[in-house]
Amino acid sequence: MSSSMSGTVSNGPGGRVGSDWYRTLANSPIGGPLGQLGLPRPAALRRYRPGQPLTDGPVLVGTAGTGTLAQHLLALPGLESVAATEPDAALGALVLDATGLDTLAELAAARTFLTGALRRLRPSGRVVLLGGLPEQAGDVTGAAARQALDGLVRSVAKELRDGATANLVLLDAAAAPADVDSTVLFLLSARSAYVDGQVVRVRAPGAAAGPAEAPGRLAHTGRVVLVTGAARGIGAAIAEVFARDGATVVCLDVPAQGDALAATSNRIGGLALQLDITAADAPDRLNEYLLGRHGGVDVVVHNAGITRDKLLVNMDDARWDAVLAVNLRAQLELNAALLGGVGGGDAPLRAGARLVSVSSTSGIAGNRGQTNYAASKAGVIGMVRALAPTAAGHGITVNAVAPGFIETEMTGAMPFGTREAGRRINSLHQGGLPADVAETVAWLAEPGSGGLTGQVVRVCGQSLLGA
Amino acid sequence: MTRNAPRRAAIVGGNRIPFGRAGGHYAKASNQDMLTVALDGLVARFGLRDERLGEVAAGAVLKHSRDRDLTRESVLGSRLSPATPAYDVQQACGTGLETVVLVANKIALGQIESGVAGGVDSVSDAPVSVNDDLRRVLMELNHARTLGARLAALAKLRPGQIVPDLPRNAEPRTGLSMGEHAAITAAEWEIGRAEQDELTVASHRNLAAAYDRGFFDDLVTPYLGLNRDATLRPDANTAALARLKPVFGGAGGTMTAGNSTPLSDGASTVLLGSDEWAAERGLPVLAHLVDAETAAVDYVHGGEGLLMAPAYAVPRMLARQGLTLADFDFYEIHEAFASTVLSTLAAWEDKAFCTERLGLEAPLGSIDRTRLNVAGSSLAAGHPFAATGGRIVATLAKLLAEKGSGRGLISICAAGGQGVVAILEAA
Repeated sequence: MSSSMSGTVSNGPGGRVGSDWYRTLANSPIGGPLGQLGLPRPAALRRYRPGQPLTDGPVLVGTAGTGTLAQHLLALPGLESVAATEPDAALGALVLDATGLDTLAELAAARTFLTGALRRLRPSGRVVLLGGLPEQAGDVTGAAARQALDGLVRSVAKELRDGATANLVLLDAAAAPADVDSTVLFLLSARSAYVDGQVVRVRAPGAAAGPAEAPGRLAHTGRVVLVTGAARGIGAAIAEVFARDGATVVCLDVPAQGDALAATSNRIGGLALQLDITAADAPDRLNEYLLGRHGGVDVVVHNAGITRDKLLVNMDDARWDAVLAVNLRAQLELNAALLGGVGGGDAPLRAGARLVSVSSTSGIAGNRGQTNYAASKAGVIGMVRALAPTAAGHGITVNAVAPGFIETEMTGAMPFGTREAGRRINSLHQGGLPADVAETVAWLAEPGSGGLTGQVVRVCGQSLLGA
Repeated sequence: MTRNAPRRAAIVGGNRIPFGRAGGHYAKASNQDMLTVALDGLVARFGLRDERLGEVAAGAVLKHSRDRDLTRESVLGSRLSPATPAYDVQQACGTGLETVVLVANKIALGQIESGVAGGVDSVSDAPVSVNDDLRRVLMELNHARTLGARLAALAKLRPGQIVPDLPRNAEPRTGLSMGEHAAITAAEWEIGRAEQDELTVASHRNLAAAYDRGFFDDLVTPYLGLNRDATLRPDANTAALARLKPVFGGAGGTMTAGNSTPLSDGASTVLLGSDEWAAERGLPVLAHLVDAETAAVDYVHGGEGLLMAPAYAVPRMLARQGLTLADFDFYEIHEAFASTVLSTLAAWEDKAFCTERLGLEAPLGSIDRTRLNVAGSSLAAGHPFAATGGRIVATLAKLLAEKGSGRGLISICAAGGQGVVAILEAA
């Protein structure tokens, strides 16, 4: 491969590449009439800064049904709660424990809780509902009531304004309360700025889960993280977030991207590894490097990806093969080598390791001119779902994120109309940033996220595409 | 703890930028730019950001006066800790290897635990100075204390003084260019055109094959849009080379632009350390520096070829180590010119040369040519003078690490009748 595996460029987490002039205008003093015309008003999303409070305002925790998580949730680190008896306080977030919700009356109670509190939600506020798995309900009514939360949350997400989001966490009956912590904290925080209208399933972690996190320690302290396609764009942002959170980050990209790769690596204090992951000997070389230099690896982020767009009627072997080779085949082969003989000492993946793949909403919804790309990204989803159960024995989780419209050099080069449509057709009326994808990847890779596996989490602002 | 017993310095790895053609990709890059980016690539590869190393030694052959402390300035511009000391070395084309020897020796003595050796050169951004006449007038003006003295100095300005002094690839004591010197040696040793062209083709093919198999993935970092050495011609063949006109040695000469190294720009670095230092950081040890030797010959009056010093240095080093010329798995003989490599090999096979000039009892011997410059050398990669040593050391160290055993010989000829040679051994 002589071209970029990352294909996109960012200024790192929090940096902006694409210039969203409309959002700037709508939020300026002269932008008022836009709202009166019925045009969307994209909000300036609250984004993560180290040291900032968990939420922008106190959190109201409620219960609908017979769930018993409320006390546990109130004790989450950094969560500043507010009593339900303070009806006027502006809220940073609403959390509803509906894990014991099994009747339509309890569903109505959930509605009542939300209706009473939604108006008090501040900009970039959070709505997090916790439910039980519908298939684990005791009866048909219970399954129906639990599934009803899905439609409720997705609709709330579309009604929320000013950058607020709503997401649903479904908790397996076998999971312990603490298994949900990393997910609730992520969804409450500014790290989940562009994750909206999503449903996440949390199970009991598999065997040999990673070591317990020490309180106050950065989430990825002391871990070795490999990020492919790390020279630029989303990959560089992912590398930066892991480095910020204490990891030793190995930044991998094709040799031709080596200068940008070295710059990224030196910016975050990581390590540059020039390797074409489609080369026949790439799995062996990577294993040798990870074992020889780092004694193993805790997190592998398959981010490397390329596009070679063409309508299918004009698609040639070269475009098809190149995209499938980088975006899918390399992941399959690297995973086989990384997982081969885990526990036997010759595989670099450590027990409790995390594999996270970057898929795409194109792989969920399809995209005109991207049959090769969409096929590869859908294939990644299939891979993640199939691999998750087999890896679970070693406490290894396998997940994917599916970014929607992310502001990068690539999307910045789109034709104006396509770009504007891509940006606006989501509940937040704007594109996401590479950092939004990176924060989501880092959450899935946390030691405390052992209950998340085989999942595909969209980072799309609840895009209409493929919803 | 005091360390007095010498230890072998470890070669941990290297980084260079692809070598550019003169006036090409790096036409606007300075020596400091290139050395800094080569250092930063090394920092990225080995996770050395903010690391205080024992020292960085590097140099350039063509050097601007403003680059007084080129290496220190490059370190300050790099991601290394600013507390890393640095100094410049200059020994013509031997500079790069000499810096490796210097850093390795300090590590061997326990004076430092780690260091970077390197070199850089640009013929595209070469220093052009005012000619001596003008310089004298300007200095006089500078020292003048009175108006009268200043006017007197200015009155000495002449139009002819505008003509600048250009750097020349020529020996000050003979006025001959390096190529003309090499042509004399080639004629003395009766080195044929065909064998020079064959060596040239092998260099290009070997370098291209090494790139194709990913050998340079962890040795080279792209720079300014250049991913591979600009002078590399993977399709080089003897038929095309045979059509080139001689450029040195007159009409009957055998040396062409094809079988002589092109003028190039580039920089290289090598990371060295003690075994302990590398192990503490999980860094690999590719090879150890076993020994080194520098020789010089009297090419002005002594009847020896300008670039023949390595022919003297190698036997002295072998004798000290109790080795023969055949005891090597790899030979890295710098291809200043194809004829230089062949003249050196011919000399070692020649009884008269070995007995009369080297004082040996028999010819030093011949080498297995399949072990010569197996990953290409300067004819294909180019030869930014001071950067060649670092390129060769890192390449050979990796070849030895791949093989997992054995030793390699490095031989680099230099202007001024000097030559630097060294032995590396697999870790």
